[in-house]
Amino acid sequence: MDATTILFWIFASISCAAAVAVVATQNVVRMAFWLIVSLGSVAGLYFLLSADFVAATQLLIYVGGTLVLLIFGVMLTATGPYSQIRTSPGEALLAGGVGSLFLAMIITTVVSVDWDSLAAIQQQDPSYASYAHEPGFNPAEEGNTARPLGLKMLGISLEDLGRTDGSLSHGYLLPFEIVSIHLLVVLIGASYLARAKRRSRPDQPS
Amino acid sequence: MECISPLLAAGSIGDFLRTQRVPFCGCELDSATVLILTAIIHAAFLFAMFGLVPFFFIWLERKVAGRIQDRLGPTRVGGRFGWLQSLADGVKLIQKEDLVPSMADGLLFRMAPYIACVATFGAFMVLPFSDGWSAVASDVGLFVLFAILSIEVVGIILAGYSSGSKWSLFGGMREAAQMVSYEIPLAICGLIPVLAVGSLNLTEIGQVQSGWFLNWLVFNSPFTFLAFWVYFTVSTASCKRAPFDLAEAESELVGGFHTEYSGMRWSFFFMAEYASMFLVSLVASLLFLGGWHTGIAPLDSVLTGLRETAAASPGFHVAGYVANLFGMMVLASKGAMLVFVQIWLRWTLPRLRIDQVMTTCLKYLVPMSCGLFLCQIIWPLVVISAVGRSTLVAWPEEMGGSIGERMGRQSVTRPVETDESAGQPGDDIDESAESSPESLPAVTESQDKVSAGSVRPHSVRTAARD
Repeated sequence: MDATTILFWIFASISCAAAVAVVATQNVVRMAFWLIVSLGSVAGLYFLLSADFVAATQLLIYVGGTLVLLIFGVMLTATGPYSQIRTSPGEALLAGGVGSLFLAMIITTVVSVDWDSLAAIQQQDPSYASYAHEPGFNPAEEGNTARPLGLKMLGISLEDLGRTDGSLSHGYLLPFEIVSIHLLVVLIGASYLARAKRRSRPDQPS
Repeated sequence: MECISPLLAAGSIGDFLRTQRVPFCGCELDSATVLILTAIIHAAFLFAMFGLVPFFFIWLERKVAGRIQDRLGPTRVGGRFGWLQSLADGVKLIQKEDLVPSMADGLLFRMAPYIACVATFGAFMVLPFSDGWSAVASDVGLFVLFAILSIEVVGIILAGYSSGSKWSLFGGMREAAQMVSYEIPLAICGLIPVLAVGSLNLTEIGQVQSGWFLNWLVFNSPFTFLAFWVYFTVSTASCKRAPFDLAEAESELVGGFHTEYSGMRWSFFFMAEYASMFLVSLVASLLFLGGWHTGIAPLDSVLTGLRETAAASPGFHVAGYVANLFGMMVLASKGAMLVFVQIWLRWTLPRLRIDQVMTTCLKYLVPMSCGLFLCQIIWPLVVISAVGRSTLVAWPEEMGGSIGERMGRQSVTRPVETDESAGQPGDDIDESAESSPESLPAVTESQDKVSAGSVRPHSVRTAARD
């Protein structure tokens, strides 16, 4: 067995076990802890795939986000020392049903793809990451995996460099800008909702 | 001796292990075992560093604190300067009972020190200790480093929450508020030298700062100069060092988040703290203070030449190894100087109040770092249009040239049609370094003009060469 495969199974099993533990525990802070473990293992999987940027983003956003959720959702609002969440049997049944349906759908999708032929098609495509075929050059080994992504964000596609017929593929510039505008709208909306409400009758102290 | 010679002939530990046989059965090691063994050896090197750094700095802290307070500090353990004091502390802490309060959440209470420790340890992975000497080479090294380092606060907050003590909870909440706000100026100030270089790769950021010390990024523009001081302040705060150590605040909160801890678990927090002090100082040295370069151009060009020869030659290269070792010592000395300043600050300045800490960050440091960021974006454009150069002062050629002109833009791929020209050996330093498949010929020419042997193209191997 390949070392990468071993590491994959370690990270994948930690991730799944921690995800189950999130659902199984009742203490909210422990749930948050297991969520951090699960998301961190997913980041480990990304590192294993040499997707450094996605992995770091996963750590920064999801682990950091879980932390903020933990602080503001639990520490600032809890009335007792260790707040518990108890689910009724009906809720557990419903959630279990929906969860297993979703799991079945994902498993069916993954199994139905013929991964070997897909990999073969990718290998034959000359436009597919032409720089990666240089002899003796392994972008993952040299850590040069995020640069194509950054160029795509600027609207430049590396695949075009290997093409001779003049056709161009698209970068991610437009989606990137749309997402940033979306975040701006969310920020403005949040500050609007959270603003200090003007008192209706300023002459009376409320 | 027959054990040493294949080790010297191999380029890396992994290559060496591949040539070895298992002692008893005589079978060859398969790739998985080689990878795991190599990983363990690398991690052991890093862990030795991670363990020795607090060992040294805790002793330094006691000694400096003593001197500042007109005392002697430790004098007895291990000879004249008390240099084994940390070992004595460690032995004492191992012997102590590992207490868990009855009100504590046992699992989280036990896990929290390890989270803080592992996060700091993990951030050392992407740090280049010398040219190419990083455990994991990454194109977005700085981003990965900050992301891993940001997990440390999870350990602190969990420790504060799970202790079941009000002092600890207050400490944890303060740490949370402080870290959530101080991460913003930390990241922005880290991005300012990235703007000047055009890369998030820590190895590349180090490589462009060769030549005389005026080429260090701290002297690149007025804004990087100011950004260095802002970064240093913010990084001191992010290690929760005085005057920003509100999370422990002994005068108000007994011990803050670690009130309920004892023995080794308590010392893990301090190992994490001292290691992260050293880590942010090393990052400051890499980003602003020239990294592994000494700042003396003739010496640096000799060392760079040795590294290039080592990178081009197969197997272990003693001179290149020594050059890299020297670079690592230079970087560590710069980091240690900054840690010394942090210790000096701690024993000089009084602790701020929590509202003052938050005001300092949100009202002063965040706007300052944002302003510096914007100015650093505009600066090259203004300078180029005003004086026609990328830097304000034109450094003479013998001083290594100015940083903007020396920076070869790294291209992403080698075009197909230039294979034959690239195949000619020995026409310039770019081609003599074997694994630079990414440089365009145009870029190579522009580098030729200015490099004068002291600059190494960025695309040369950045992977770990142990």
